[in-house]
Amino acid sequence: MIIEIGHYALVLALATALIVSVLPVIGARRGDVAMMALAPTGSLVLFVLVAFSFGVLTWAYVVSDFSVANVWENSHSLMPLIYKFSGVWGNHEGSMLLWLLILVFFSALVAVFGRNLPDTLRANVLAVQAWISIAFLFFILLTSNPFLRLDPAPAEGQDLNPVLQDLGLAIHPPLLYLGYVGFSVCFSFAVAALMEGRIDAAWARWVRPWTLAVWTFLTAGIAMGSYWAYYELGWGGWWFWDPVENASFMPWLAGTALLHSALVMEKREALKIWTVLLAIMTFSLSLLGTFLVRSGVLTSVHSFATDPTRGIFILCILGIFIGGAFALFAWRAPMLKAGGIFAPISREGALVLNNLILTVATATVLTGTLYPLVLETLTGEKISVGAPFFNMTFGLLMLPLLVAVPFGPVLAWKRGDLLGALQRLYVFAGLALVAGLAFFYIQNGGPVLAIFGLVLGFWGMIGAFADLWYRANFAKVGLSVGLKRLAGLPRSVFGTAIAHFGLGVTVLGIFAATTFGTETVVEMKQGASVDAGGYSLTYDGLRDAVGPNYTEQRGHFTVSRGGVQVADVWSSKRLYTARRMPTTEAGILTFGLSQLYVSLGDAMESGGMVVRIWWKPFILCIWGGALVMMVGGFVSLSDRRLRVGAPSRKAKPVKATLEAAE
Amino acid sequence: MTRKQKRLAVIAGGMSFILVAVLLVMFAFSQSVAYFFMPADLAKSDVKPGTRIRLGGLVAEGSVKRGQGSTVSFTVTDGTGSVPVTYTGILPDLFREGQGVVTEGAFDAASHGFVADSVLAKHDENYMPKEVADRLKAQGVWNEGQGNQGQGSQGQPDGAKGTATR
Repeated sequence: MIIEIGHYALVLALATALIVSVLPVIGARRGDVAMMALAPTGSLVLFVLVAFSFGVLTWAYVVSDFSVANVWENSHSLMPLIYKFSGVWGNHEGSMLLWLLILVFFSALVAVFGRNLPDTLRANVLAVQAWISIAFLFFILLTSNPFLRLDPAPAEGQDLNPVLQDLGLAIHPPLLYLGYVGFSVCFSFAVAALMEGRIDAAWARWVRPWTLAVWTFLTAGIAMGSYWAYYELGWGGWWFWDPVENASFMPWLAGTALLHSALVMEKREALKIWTVLLAIMTFSLSLLGTFLVRSGVLTSVHSFATDPTRGIFILCILGIFIGGAFALFAWRAPMLKAGGIFAPISREGALVLNNLILTVATATVLTGTLYPLVLETLTGEKISVGAPFFNMTFGLLMLPLLVAVPFGPVLAWKRGDLLGALQRLYVFAGLALVAGLAFFYIQNGGPVLAIFGLVLGFWGMIGAFADLWYRANFAKVGLSVGLKRLAGLPRSVFGTAIAHFGLGVTVLGIFAATTFGTETVVEMKQGASVDAGGYSLTYDGLRDAVGPNYTEQRGHFTVSRGGVQVADVWSSKRLYTARRMPTTEAGILTFGLSQLYVSLGDAMESGGMVVRIWWKPFILCIWGGALVMMVGGFVSLSDRRLRVGAPSRKAKPVKATLEAAE
Repeated sequence: MTRKQKRLAVIAGGMSFILVAVLLVMFAFSQSVAYFFMPADLAKSDVKPGTRIRLGGLVAEGSVKRGQGSTVSFTVTDGTGSVPVTYTGILPDLFREGQGVVTEGAFDAASHGFVADSVLAKHDENYMPKEVADRLKAQGVWNEGQGNQGQGSQGQPDGAKGTATR
């Protein structure tokens, strides 16, 4: 019974969304306050209904109600409770429901925290959010209903895909969705602004905190996913340029560009049209990502059993929203007034460079991801585009950006002085160079290119603080005054420095791990040992063990350095009994920022085991850097200026606005 | 420089960056893209030794032999032709005889055998890589009902990871 109520709540949500999508827009046009007031209330109701529906599905998982087809397919009564929760979104239907939940969650947030928005803008933004909600409600109700019943109800479920039975899955998708579904808010703001036909610095001021928050979550989500794949799949890699990874990475790149261009718009009223376009593109890439993952057009681990109707449905949603938004853009953009001129060498100029590089890099990732698909459709030829392609294109194109990052914050708005900036930065560049070389000598023995990469990493890390250093002006005013000055700086300046520092840390991690890492595949008999990264691993043999819903063979390894035992690690091969599916559970040991990664292969006839051992120096920097970027995002979000002194629009004659809106 | 000239310089700079990107993409496509073949295709087309390709098909029953260390040899077949493959490394969890597989590598000039540097046993819910399933179905060698004991899509090629719910 409760299941049917959950289903019914979704239908009610659809009705609510229909109301919110139409009436407030009419209200905004006619200046009818009552109709506009429907938007926030309706959005809250929508959120409550979807949340209830999601709660019902979760409940069905927790009590293992196998009469629900979705639960039967993806759960098992013996599964630990935490995986019963995460199992809700570990399948197509449930993950779409989560998608929707987060979408309406953001609508509700705009409804609650958007009190300082002009009524018309808020009504329009929420209406656009409701349009998206309608599309996905239809999608769920018509093609992916998680509440379908089975009759008679089976006694036992088929178990969740073992790869997904991991703590990573519990956290990764919600974080990732908070990020990439969250860009819908930026999209809605952009479309609402186009509908109103006006856009100004105040608009950017409202949009920026949303973008920042969403970007922060997406950063965390991607880093989390990368780490999860690294330790769960047993292949030792942390990024594979898999289409589905790209699907989440492209919105991140575009969102990063948006974050920076919104800054220019807020501070200088320039790049208006571009920022609106970028907001639309970013969410379009999120939608495209949803399509790529959910339609099953790409062979990927991430796609579940898919059927073509779903793909076509999402393709329609994609076409309507992207096509509609771009048509609206083409129609309305010429009406927006361009503002603020600036010299090429200036803070604006640096941010434009950032945008240019990030969008071009996004375009190359998009090309690499879609090209095989397009080629197969047109010629029937099947090709694969892998890491070499992306390293050659994306990798090379991003290098100038990494060099330029420390320059941006030290350049002045409007007209900057490159020579002055160079003079200010050469000490930092020197420090980065010395640090990179020192690092290289300590680790020694990699290709020369690595020095460049390491220097680049340190350059990002050290250069990030150049702006703070000069603002405090320690050299002239001494330590105490300098510290006071630092304390007086707005938080967003620290946010920028921290996030840029994090980028440097990630770059350092990538270069260090790829250059100095080692990989050994050997056949090991009991008692044999292998060296990796200065440590010696001894294989102590295999043991059988039984888990709640799997059986496993665990190999034990003793790790020693200089003859002294420092650690030991288990690495296992599991067999999940319900699905008869084997998985590899890697053994990972952390030493400082570096890791030793042990993965078991097949048993040999001679009684040995094939073992794969990676030494991954400074690998934790990759995710640590992302974590630091996230902290930078939060620090910047906590800036009072984003909350206090709510931006208000300059009073303009009402008549002019109405004309623009016609 | 006048403002107009400055603007031109900026636009030219941006355009040249985009041009570089386009050239780079085209170059990378010509260098690093691997085409997909099945054993029957190889008889028809001429793939030179050293050219990177993807070879897909079924792992022939009884063909998997473990050599020294972690080197494994097996035969990839599609009912019409078959190609001997050698691979050094750890095979994916789902690699097994009679099931679909996609390998990436190149033909060796001396031995005429296929040397794979990555083996993908990337399966959909029918235990079959999509490319291979499409073709085998078209040829009638294999159909959906077969090999159905495994549920869920999973697989770890040397280049794929699982993040299931995006």
